[in-house]
Amino acid sequence: MTETLNVFAVRTLTQKEYFAPGHRACQGCAEALAVRLIAKALGRNVVIASATGCMEIVSSPFPFTSWRVPWFHVAFENTAAVASGIESGLRILMQKGRIPQKKIVTIGMAGDGGTADIGLQALSGALERGHDMIYICTDNEAYMNTGIQRSSSTPFGAATTTSPAGKVKMGQMTWKKNMAAIAAAHNIPYVATACPSYPIDLVQKVKKAAAIEGPAYLHILSVCPTGWRSTPENSIKLGRLAVETGVFPLYEIERGQYRLNIDFPKLRLLKEYTKLQGRFRHLSDEMLQEIEKRVHQEYEQLKARAGKGA
Amino acid sequence: MGKRVGMEVSIAAAEAVKQANVDVISAYPITPQTHIVEHLSELVANGELDADFVPVESEHTALSVCMGSEATGARSFTCTSSQGLALMSELTYITSALRLPIVMILANRTLSAPLSIWNDHSDVMSIRDCGWIQIFAENGQEVYDQVFCAYKMAEKREVLFPVIINMDGFILSHVIEPIEMIDQEKIDAFLPPYDPLYRLHPDHPVTMGAFALPSIFAETKQAHEVALRASVPHIVDTWKAFGEMTGRHYTPIETYQAEDAETLLITMGSFGETASVAVDMMRREGRPVGLMKIRLWRPFPFEDFRKVALRAKNLVVIDRAVSLGGPGGPVASEIKATLFGEDQRPRVYDFVAGISGRDVSPSDYVKMVDKAEIEIEEGNKEGFEIYGVRG
Repeated sequence: MTETLNVFAVRTLTQKEYFAPGHRACQGCAEALAVRLIAKALGRNVVIASATGCMEIVSSPFPFTSWRVPWFHVAFENTAAVASGIESGLRILMQKGRIPQKKIVTIGMAGDGGTADIGLQALSGALERGHDMIYICTDNEAYMNTGIQRSSSTPFGAATTTSPAGKVKMGQMTWKKNMAAIAAAHNIPYVATACPSYPIDLVQKVKKAAAIEGPAYLHILSVCPTGWRSTPENSIKLGRLAVETGVFPLYEIERGQYRLNIDFPKLRLLKEYTKLQGRFRHLSDEMLQEIEKRVHQEYEQLKARAGKGA
Repeated sequence: MGKRVGMEVSIAAAEAVKQANVDVISAYPITPQTHIVEHLSELVANGELDADFVPVESEHTALSVCMGSEATGARSFTCTSSQGLALMSELTYITSALRLPIVMILANRTLSAPLSIWNDHSDVMSIRDCGWIQIFAENGQEVYDQVFCAYKMAEKREVLFPVIINMDGFILSHVIEPIEMIDQEKIDAFLPPYDPLYRLHPDHPVTMGAFALPSIFAETKQAHEVALRASVPHIVDTWKAFGEMTGRHYTPIETYQAEDAETLLITMGSFGETASVAVDMMRREGRPVGLMKIRLWRPFPFEDFRKVALRAKNLVVIDRAVSLGGPGGPVASEIKATLFGEDQRPRVYDFVAGISGRDVSPSDYVKMVDKAEIEIEEGNKEGFEIYGVRG
């Protein structure tokens, strides 16, 4: 039942678009869809700081903009820092009575490279200082904007242009960095994973994060047909398969307590997910089994944590 | 007249930041800038300054925070030195292009390696072309004064550029000087709260920091260049208004005994005071030596500079940074370029002196003038050396 609601109740969302159509994202870009849903969830009273990356490039070719809310781009690695400054500036101006009192949500938004790699220090600083903001990582699992180079968020086995599948190396040979756990280790009030294939879940999490005082971290899996070597019409399906295979579980960490949002008594076969993507094409059945073993292990660990928290 | 108090220049700088009513301060500690941020933290902790102090994990973040806060319309301040500026350097270009009137005090310190905490201008010269207004202060009083002037000029609608106030590390930052404080009412009248042209606020959504394709990029740079050059009269006006208020008059180029000078020493920053003592010594011997101090490094005051420089026969430039593998010190290079189009131009001899805080005494200036005059006489066209190197 929840499942069905999650697919169709999206029509109950606002008709208003704050991330305007006409941007230059690729066909089937689930990151653009995630951003559109985030913008809908947040509404008008928001200021967004964006990192350099796909979402910046597709939305702001001067003199055009896709943003109907205040939007600020400075550089690649400092989005959390810029968002800290926005939050600090708005807060002190309200405190000093120079602008009217109003609830304004500050957002920092970056891709996986801008978050898990080059932006990690700035993010850690912002979370530690406790700014009242939401940091959103839209994770498409590589540096897609520069041409599909590997990041620390690229999954094991995936071929990218800097972790190619060769004769001795089989693509990315390291395991995906667990950003949600890193964010949670800062003892912040709210951490969640989400995916635009589950739009209502995503929107609810954004709204929850906006309502919470203090820093919140959202990690959003964003299917990238260009980089994943998948077809645009499979983007939503791939997001669902990522969740249903246990590759990308949807969960929240609220004040340290884990909660699994959708549990599957039986996970789908990893192969159903990988076979739709060219980046995994080179992997042998043995290798896929190894990966699946670890996926299941981590899923069980997550369930155990969530069990304790419940 | 305001109160005259003996205080460390860094403390005076922090007091000025307080009196300028800044809203957000973000900085990361680095010697010799630390006393400024320590004192500002104290002022905020004691409730004497109603500002948000954002204690960050790096200089890169310090300037990023200031960019975010300034974009909301909050008057923002940061300060750093040396490696800290190098870490910020990426953002310095973006700050000016986004027209965010942040003020930074730079306690000038040598860039590593070898690691050195002492003073020279290698830090600021590394971001010479970043499009900020760049001022060199000569003494503690000027550091204090320039904080107010910097915000005043930066926030003018016709200007809207960030400002760096260069303050020689240790030589100024850690020295106790008599500082004439300005009454708060006067400051408040001179420097009202910042009224931004645009701010990040949901009531009037704007996009800031859009990217440019090649078809528009050159036009944005041209606009930046034109606006930065056009800010000179506004800078001069700000200093005039400040002079009327305090009796302390600042100009882009300042001279001492330059009217009839055949040889002109040219300095920036704290060199100026010592050099003026050396000029007195040489004048007593009847030598026609004068001094030109460049206060406004960017935008460079070409007209004012030429007016003074073209009267002299010899220019002895004292640089405090070296362009390795290049034509010498950065100040001398620019001076040569500025004069190249003139039919009758003075000869330029360049010394790089006082790097990494090595003392340059009045007698050193006399020696440099002696050497330069001989070299120029002998037709030395190279015209560049690092002064006082042993061995």
